[in-house]
Amino acid sequence: MSVLVVMEQSGGAWHRMSLETLAAGQELAGALGRPVAAAVAGGDVGALASGLAGKKLDAVHAVEHELLANYTADGYTAALADLVRRVAPSLVLFPHTYQVRDFAPRLATRLGGVLISDVVRVRVDGAVPVFVRQLFQGKLNADFRATGPAPHFISIQAGAYRAENVVAGTAVVEVFHPALDPASIRGVPAEPFRESARAVDLTAAEIIVSVGRGIKEKENIPLVEDLAKALGAELAASRPICDNGWLPMERQVGSSGQTVSPKVYIAVGISGAIQHLVGMKGAKTIVAINKDANAPIFEVADYGIVGDLFEVVPALAEEVRKLRRGA
Amino acid sequence: MRILVAIKQVASRDSQLKVDAAGRWIQEADLAFEINEPDAYALEEALQLKEKHGGEVIALSAGPARASQTIREALAKGADRAVHVEQETEGFDTLVMARLLAAAARTEKPDLILTGLQSDDLGYGQTGVVMAELMDLPSATIIMQVEKLDGRIRVKRELEDGWFQHIEMPLPAILTIQSGINKLRYATLMGIKKAKTKEVRRLTAAELGVDTTPVAARERIYPPRRSKQTVMLVGSSREQAAQLAEKLKFEVRVL
Repeated sequence: MSVLVVMEQSGGAWHRMSLETLAAGQELAGALGRPVAAAVAGGDVGALASGLAGKKLDAVHAVEHELLANYTADGYTAALADLVRRVAPSLVLFPHTYQVRDFAPRLATRLGGVLISDVVRVRVDGAVPVFVRQLFQGKLNADFRATGPAPHFISIQAGAYRAENVVAGTAVVEVFHPALDPASIRGVPAEPFRESARAVDLTAAEIIVSVGRGIKEKENIPLVEDLAKALGAELAASRPICDNGWLPMERQVGSSGQTVSPKVYIAVGISGAIQHLVGMKGAKTIVAINKDANAPIFEVADYGIVGDLFEVVPALAEEVRKLRRGA
Repeated sequence: MRILVAIKQVASRDSQLKVDAAGRWIQEADLAFEINEPDAYALEEALQLKEKHGGEVIALSAGPARASQTIREALAKGADRAVHVEQETEGFDTLVMARLLAAAARTEKPDLILTGLQSDDLGYGQTGVVMAELMDLPSATIIMQVEKLDGRIRVKRELEDGWFQHIEMPLPAILTIQSGINKLRYATLMGIKKAKTKEVRRLTAAELGVDTTPVAARERIYPPRRSKQTVMLVGSSREQAAQLAEKLKFEVRVL
């Protein structure tokens, strides 16, 4: 019953969640008293794999093939299926990245299993791992157990484990050349690109006022704009606001937008779905203003106001201006 | 082009959720249901592709009898016909759900299958990809643009941190659609009227010969524990605002 951690890299650099997942794998293997190995796939991953030789791992699998140089769902699925069949782990862990979402469900299916995705916590209950994940946009949690035959596939949410908890040690690097048929790779990827230079850098902001669905209409946006002005804050938004074109995409905070860690983050009418939380839970102080006392945003908030944002927000702007004048 | 759109009916976004007595699922009795939002964008994308290139749009949904309301709404928006796998799906894992949908989809031989990137209730975010593997089709996820070429498609896939990538692949294929890819339409009165006469083909798991035994068991659901001690500010809106401004000045020290 060994644990295999599949780490993600691009262009020779680790995805930031890769080491978090390695920490999760080491911790889980420790709790189960089982060996843990890591794997990384790409065209040439020698340098990254060597870097893992200094971690406490039973093996590091460098999965190399020229057809893996550019990510494709078909290529990664075939290569990792080949590796998993050979290594025969009982648990395969991934970081819950966009890339993993693109191929890991396919890999699990090919090997007859299911991916338990976006896991926030793992506990071991009588030598059996129990995986905790969120449901209903974070309003409820659920415990899952893998009941079918191994291997079982798990993806770990951003920030659920800490990269600095990776335990150092030694590991042997093994190069694995998967059997890949070029004809089996159906997608032809082009070079990744950015739409335009990002004009708004929210990461430098000390104070952020962020607005969500609770604002109801585009016509109400000036309300939060005014609060941001009173506070000297940057204005940000959750995804649906940018989807609707009420604020530009470059002001979006969350998994598909920017990741911020300001001194203060004021979430106005944002329920706190996980895709948003991963972008802002690093803020030093979080304030939530929401009409629903059960909104998941309150789970991460330092200060909470359950109330009508259409009353609270203008009143807050006024109070802030009063205090600023008095100072 | 024959486009199949897999849609799911979920509890409406503003629902106050209560865990049922067995601790396995939510109490559904008093809830309102609606189309899963990312699936609404997938449906809209299918309708726009049809308007541009011709063909037909078929809505596919697996769920209990109540899902027929969401199917009707898809027909009212412009889907030509629908397939309803009428089945209680509570407790199904991704593999079972995708097997059901794939089995139903095979009977339609679509050129393109679209679905939302994830559901607002379970949020597994896998159904489209698992269907693709079961049907041996190419797939791409978190799609922000679809362009039809001759026998192929070119899609814009969203990566993280504001990056994108174009991918080309042969048809048939499966795409999972990101919210915000297009602007949703409302059903017209004429559409609602027409929907009543459109065909809804009903199937069951048994008829499709699908094994519904899950391999990942959801054991228990429960409200999350707060990770922080939240200071709740109470009183009138003005009092709440005044307290918060004080906190920002004297505790957080940003004013």
